[in-house]
Amino acid sequence: MAFRNYSRDNLTLPEKFFSISWPFIGLLVVVAGIGFISLYSAAGGKIETWAGAHAVRFAVGLCGLLVVALIDIRLWLRIAYVFYGLCLAMLVFVELKGHIGMGAQRWIDLGFMRLQPSEIVKVSVVLALARFFHGLTPDEIRNPLFLLPPLLIVLLPVGLVVIQPDLGTALMILMVAGAMFFIAGVSYWVFAAVLVGGIAVVPIAWNLLHDYQKKRVMTFLDPESDPLGAGYHIIQSKIALGSGGVSGKGFLQGTQSSLNFLPEKETDFIFTLFTEEWGLIGGLGLMGLFVAIIVYGYFIAFNCQNQFGRLLVTGIIINFSLYIFINIGMVMGLLPVVGVPLPMISHGGSSMLSVLFGFGLLMSAHVHRHVKVTRRGMDMV
Amino acid sequence: MNRDMERYKEFSRRALLIGAGQAALFAVLAGRLGWLQVVEQEKFQMLSDRNRISLRLIPAGRGEIMDRFGVPLAINTQNFRAFIIPEQTDSVEQTLDKLSRLIPVTEEDKQEVLVQMSRHRRFTPLLVKENLTWDDMAQVELNLPDLPGVSIDEGEIRSYPFGAATSHIIGYVSRVSKAELTDDPIMTLPGFRIGKNGVEKSFDETLRGTAGQVQAEVNVVGREIRELARRDAKSGHRLTLTLDADLQMQCQEMLARHRSASAVVMNAHNGEVYALCSHPGFDPNLFSRGIPADVWEELLADDTHPLTNKAVSGQYPPGSTFKMVTALAALEAGISPNMRVFCPGFTMLGSHKFHCWKQGGHGNMDAVQAMAQSCDCYYYEVGKRVGVDAIAKMARRLGFGERLGFDIPNEGPGLIPDRAWKLRRFREAWQQGETLNTAIGQGHVLATPLQLATMTARLVNGGRAVKPLLVRNIEEEGSQLKNWPSLGLDPNHLAIVIRGMNAVVNEPRGTALGSRIQEAGYSMGGKTGTAQVRAITAAQRAAGVKNEDLPWRQRHHALFVGYGPIVNPRYVVSVVVEHGVGGSKAAAPLARDILLATQKRDPQKIHTVDEAIEAVMQEKSRIENEKKKKPAAAPRKRGEG
Repeated sequence: MAFRNYSRDNLTLPEKFFSISWPFIGLLVVVAGIGFISLYSAAGGKIETWAGAHAVRFAVGLCGLLVVALIDIRLWLRIAYVFYGLCLAMLVFVELKGHIGMGAQRWIDLGFMRLQPSEIVKVSVVLALARFFHGLTPDEIRNPLFLLPPLLIVLLPVGLVVIQPDLGTALMILMVAGAMFFIAGVSYWVFAAVLVGGIAVVPIAWNLLHDYQKKRVMTFLDPESDPLGAGYHIIQSKIALGSGGVSGKGFLQGTQSSLNFLPEKETDFIFTLFTEEWGLIGGLGLMGLFVAIIVYGYFIAFNCQNQFGRLLVTGIIINFSLYIFINIGMVMGLLPVVGVPLPMISHGGSSMLSVLFGFGLLMSAHVHRHVKVTRRGMDMV
Repeated sequence: MNRDMERYKEFSRRALLIGAGQAALFAVLAGRLGWLQVVEQEKFQMLSDRNRISLRLIPAGRGEIMDRFGVPLAINTQNFRAFIIPEQTDSVEQTLDKLSRLIPVTEEDKQEVLVQMSRHRRFTPLLVKENLTWDDMAQVELNLPDLPGVSIDEGEIRSYPFGAATSHIIGYVSRVSKAELTDDPIMTLPGFRIGKNGVEKSFDETLRGTAGQVQAEVNVVGREIRELARRDAKSGHRLTLTLDADLQMQCQEMLARHRSASAVVMNAHNGEVYALCSHPGFDPNLFSRGIPADVWEELLADDTHPLTNKAVSGQYPPGSTFKMVTALAALEAGISPNMRVFCPGFTMLGSHKFHCWKQGGHGNMDAVQAMAQSCDCYYYEVGKRVGVDAIAKMARRLGFGERLGFDIPNEGPGLIPDRAWKLRRFREAWQQGETLNTAIGQGHVLATPLQLATMTARLVNGGRAVKPLLVRNIEEEGSQLKNWPSLGLDPNHLAIVIRGMNAVVNEPRGTALGSRIQEAGYSMGGKTGTAQVRAITAAQRAAGVKNEDLPWRQRHHALFVGYGPIVNPRYVVSVVVEHGVGGSKAAAPLARDILLATQKRDPQKIHTVDEAIEAVMQEKSRIENEKKKKPAAAPRKRGEG
């Protein structure tokens, strides 16, 4: 079906609705379905424990996605900074009054769910950066002075998230932002300088890490050194993955997870559970689905006729892929255990919400790909 | 639009770069997944199985040990144990308090449970008390509804109905020491006991059985989810000994007349040991339950060595009981039994005087009379003529000088000296004086009571190389009885020696005439022996110091070897009374009582189990009655020393 050519600035609601890319939505449904059966298995074959909530959340999130997609992309541009400011405020709020959980203050209790502002803040940073870089000319972008505002946009939430302390999310925001700077056209020299500076800063940063974070890095480097403590997660996860083999142990047959050897199997280690039961075939299949979503996303980005849409879509796609790289790299023992969920598979409302919200923006950019976007979005009538 | 085209181009370039980076990362992830799930799959599969599969052992019942008629000597009795499972009760302490009102649970027991509780998962049963009586067990069973989390478990504990009377033969079981650990998984079972002595030790592997095994799937906290496979335990084999429990008990009781003594009763023809006693004994039941430290120390410090089986491990100079060896060596060397040796009370060798035990001498002695009166001078003379090597060779043929391969451990080898041995041991040439000492069983010669009985059996059974046998039958292996080869001794020579031994007991000048059996229908022959613990000094001889006036440790050992009846002897006995002063005085009466009891009991005959148990019960009550009659008996015996 691909893309019908609406070259008008104002679309009717049905037009918008039909221009939504439904195969993309279909991909999301399949991935969320995999999340559902994985959580069903994680609970030992029960729907109530996690899978049911997962399905409900996805359904609600999908409706939200569609609503977001139908809202004019120019409106999103206009409220980008406001939204960003709201998210920052929420971060400050959890810092001040947040509930204590897992040793870090990360949640706002909304009654029906616990909202983790650090998840949604990633999307708000992408939105704000897309707006900022959208408004710059290529010449301005090459001027390092113009990098100061977006740098501030990035470092404020990073600072707040680090205090929480949530190193994983902070690093993810930095990486998404870095990628967006790159996509926006910031000079290669700046990246070279940052890289050199970064290497110089590593020893200092090491000293600033919390003990538990240092320990995580250390046991990542040598998980066998603490097989019953910090290294336990990684070792058990590798055992589960490896023992799955090519074809897996079969649905509901994963011994590592059903006998509780696998920790946090419903959240961070859900990929392990899935590949223990479905093997290499299942694991590669799931990764293929993720790749399909990402490639699809790039396809959408390239088809956007405005810089804002392109930057926004790419940022969201990069953010999404970072979840996947970090999570899967982590459960396979390639990266430290930093507590990043697998999007749309892991149990947890905030990441689902933020990912689907991001995809809503992506779809809005797609629906409104032919819309002319001025420097400040749309001129108010 | 131009500006936009420029932006689009730049975006495309950079997005492609990022996309390439992402593709590379996905390739790394896919490669890693493949590595883990294909290349290392086997390793992780194994680790996963090790995670989830737990092996639990099922204990195997220890084989029982019976006497020749089926009277139990070592059995497994029920050991009722009370357990508590913390997760099944709201308050462990409350439940323990309730339990302590029913059975004796001490404050320490409670503390121990609480300590164990902190170390184990909440579903692990914790031992509260073991060795509960039947009544205690019944009390708990009855009140189980009020005791949440409490359960009764029936374990096994080794029990020895005859206690000290069979302690040296059966031995005992106890916890495995580090040195005894093998790769037999049964040893890792918490209550496992290993044989430490006696038959329990030498037949440990036969008795032990094979542990069963349950393969169970467990979750991360170790709780069993389901059983995957089970192999049942195989109980150990039952041993039937040659022993006659009734005779054993009687003999042990007789030995108690002395401070420290041992005796062996065996069948002269097939070597079956009917009784093998070493006094004092110990209670092997103490070991099964864990012996208190002070009792253990006391047993170790006792100079009568209650833990040692003196009948098997004790090595003594045989003294005159060795004279049969010298006599046979002489006869085999062609010395006529009618040759007479004059005994003036001593023999001169160079300037050294060798005394006969009888001051004033025996006069003219032939082979039979020399045996009957135990004339040392006769044996000095024939010993001198045949030489030590001939005596040593005969001694070895009769069972001395090496281990007999008996069925219980720590058998003493004894010692038979000869020229080669002297050179090897002392790098010195043999002296003729040593031949004279050897000829009367003194000097370097050492023998165990078991070897003495074996020698006697070989003399009276027509010269067959019988060896003592303790295990008569092993379940699934069958009878252990053997036919023994001939030693190639001249029957006429044996007849002369036996005539001498008959005369010892039954003829006027015999050294053991006072100990002959006078009861009609029973008879015995034998030989006394008195073994010097230290040489009698010239000063003592001159002063006429009596041996019994010396301290207990310095007195002579009293020995006797005997057989009964005189015609077609069936039973042989050897008796050693440590520091008992004289063979005819201390050992011969004991041997007579034992031989009389043996012939009356006649263990060669087949008794039914019921008869045998009946006899044992009667014997037990008789012994207890006697103890009641003279309660001061035990201390008085001690007073002898």
